[in-house]
Amino acid sequence: MSPQITPIADTAQDLELAERILTPDGTRIANPQLDAFVDDIDAASLRALHRDMIILRRIDAEGVALQRQGQLGLWAPCQGQEATQIGTARALAPQDYVFPSYRETGVIYARGAKPGDYVRMWRGEEGAGHDPASLRVAPLQIIIGAQTLHAVGYALGIRHDGADEVAVTYFGDGATSQGDVNEAMIFASSYQAPVVFVCQNNHWAISEPVSVQSQYPIAGRAPGFGIPSLRVDGNDVLACMAAMRWALAHARSGKGPAYIEAVTYRMGPHTTADDPTRYRKDDELDAWRRRDPIARVEAHLRALGELSDDHMAETQAAADVVAREMRAECLGMVTRPPLSVFDGVYAEPHTGLDRQRGEYAAYLASFEGEA
Amino acid sequence: MTELTLGKALGAGLRQAMRDDEKVVLLGEDIGKLGGVFRVTDGLLDEFGASRVIDTPLAESGIVGTAVGLAFRGYRPVVEIQFDGFVYPAFDQIVAQVAKLHYRTQGRVKMPITIRIPWAGGIGAAEHHSESPEAYFVHTAGLRVIAVSNPEDAYRSLRQAIASDDPVIFFEPKRLYHHKGDVDLDAPLADAAPMGLARVVRSGTDATLITYGAMVSTALQAAEAAEDEGTSLEVIDLRSLSPVDYDTIATSVRKTGRVVVAHEASREAGMAAEVIASITELCFEYLESAPLRVTGHDVPYPPAKLEKYHLPDLDRLLDAVDRVLDRPNSLTGADA
Ligand SMILES: Cc1ncc(C[n+]2csc(CCOP(=O)(O)OP(=O)(O)O)c2C)c(N)n1
Repeated sequence: MSPQITPIADTAQDLELAERILTPDGTRIANPQLDAFVDDIDAASLRALHRDMIILRRIDAEGVALQRQGQLGLWAPCQGQEATQIGTARALAPQDYVFPSYRETGVIYARGAKPGDYVRMWRGEEGAGHDPASLRVAPLQIIIGAQTLHAVGYALGIRHDGADEVAVTYFGDGATSQGDVNEAMIFASSYQAPVVFVCQNNHWAISEPVSVQSQYPIAGRAPGFGIPSLRVDGNDVLACMAAMRWALAHARSGKGPAYIEAVTYRMGPHTTADDPTRYRKDDELDAWRRRDPIARVEAHLRALGELSDDHMAETQAAADVVAREMRAECLGMVTRPPLSVFDGVYAEPHTGLDRQRGEYAAYLASFEGEA
Repeated sequence: MTELTLGKALGAGLRQAMRDDEKVVLLGEDIGKLGGVFRVTDGLLDEFGASRVIDTPLAESGIVGTAVGLAFRGYRPVVEIQFDGFVYPAFDQIVAQVAKLHYRTQGRVKMPITIRIPWAGGIGAAEHHSESPEAYFVHTAGLRVIAVSNPEDAYRSLRQAIASDDPVIFFEPKRLYHHKGDVDLDAPLADAAPMGLARVVRSGTDATLITYGAMVSTALQAAEAAEDEGTSLEVIDLRSLSPVDYDTIATSVRKTGRVVVAHEASREAGMAAEVIASITELCFEYLESAPLRVTGHDVPYPPAKLEKYHLPDLDRLLDAVDRVLDRPNSLTGADA
């Protein structure tokens, strides 16, 4: 081992260090490492990815609007991260299981979420927005990094069972500072767990730039744990899909965990409660606007003559329908009755809680008949 | 006197403590440029610079563990945990390290660390943003635990916490961050009541209502409502949860003979259980009825739309008052 330290890269700016297939202006370039993983993606498949991203952006905008209108307590926008979420999630097999963070609207969309699933948790109706079993997606995680360990445990189960499945976990650049995430990498590596780590480096952990979490490209950490990694342009949907297919194939083949750092950018606030003007500059935002993941695919498809105005209009209309359904389900949600605060705490009867529920029921009943 | 919100009073307390002692350093997520998600540290980065207002990596165990090292070095770290539900990753450092080092070294190592925690519910927040974890810390020897309920106390007791050579868990009720009150910014710290003292917020003769944090306001509303019906309630704000000021409590109980203890945290093995056990030890013979608890239910903090059924409100307090006064109540019904 050389005593020399690896040169420090500029973690925030050095995008040329990331693998890509489509350049920001929509030119397709050769990528010897990744090309083979997306050689089946023809214009029709690319149009489908493009459509997914447009619908996702619309869902996200509707989430923000619903929050602004007082219908949701909070919303965590994912505008700018469509390519990372759609590209990676569309690479999954139906049997794979996902452990996401709160920002993975696009991932649950790709796994088949229903319109109300996007808002149920943010509206404060239930702790989880969707049914984990039917989507094969764990509830959105708010505790930073905790889900990465769950994914590794799930993957250990897959290995013991000899199943043809992979566990996948999504987390942010901030999360890489947590002990949990580092412990997850150690466990995954030690037991060769079939798990894929997807770090969405969107450059900010609320107000903290990625340089507070990492002085070296985040993907560079994984090899130190014995985990192969790739750093991809997270605004390039093809590169994201290719990287994910590589990682999934690696994990599925019994070679253990794989790690992807998708270099992307959170265009909006951290959540609807955040004011990004306090900590980030407009020119940074402008630079990233020019790398928009949707515009990039659009430019590419147009140059190929594969994107008609009719298709665009139809896609926008489809996105509007999803947003309308989401709003309708949100506004139609009925809050459960008071005694439901006691529901679901235990799987089996618990005499202590049963007594408390009884007391509270008697208390509530004492108001009956009052005006 | 200056009128300040509780959030601004805390900021003023931090600023004063940092001016008074250059060993005071702040650590936390988003406390610099953003000024903290609740803006409590707003402006401090500009005044004191990045080596005293440290924007940390996103790692609570890292933050508190680093504060331990700074304390070894003679600093007085003030840590901001962003939300109550995020203190658990730091729990190991707090209970296994921060709380024990003074004892293990027989006082040769001091841990003058203040851990500020935006705390408790009632703001319609997302999961993990409304927890009441105070009992875990009260149960841990070696820690002091403070819960503030108004701007004046917040300003004073935060400075006292920072000046204390002991580690202090400092709970700030989020629900009150925007509540205003008069603060005497110039009062010398030496003249202030000690950090561990409870306060009789309202005096009364029929029963004693004991609580802390944001519930103090609810208790005062209950006392006003009771007054309209001819009942005189004494309201005590504990202010310090470890130690608890039992002298103030016992004096009140000897006068009223009836007690209700209320908090948002769930009931089982909580603060109210502890306070009532001590009351029965200290002044059982003065009690005219069994003391009662009014608390959150023993459920994980419920989603926002249900939290109003979880948090003790005016009516639940008054119902308990009726019970300790042997009046008709929800259990006995109108005919009792
Ligand atoms: C353990 C823990 N600490 C703090 C927080 C508060 N918090 C919520 S999101 C966030 C920033 C997360 O940044 P990152 O991991 O980069 O993900 P991003 O939100 O950018 O997708 C913080 C500090 C939390 N949710 N959990």
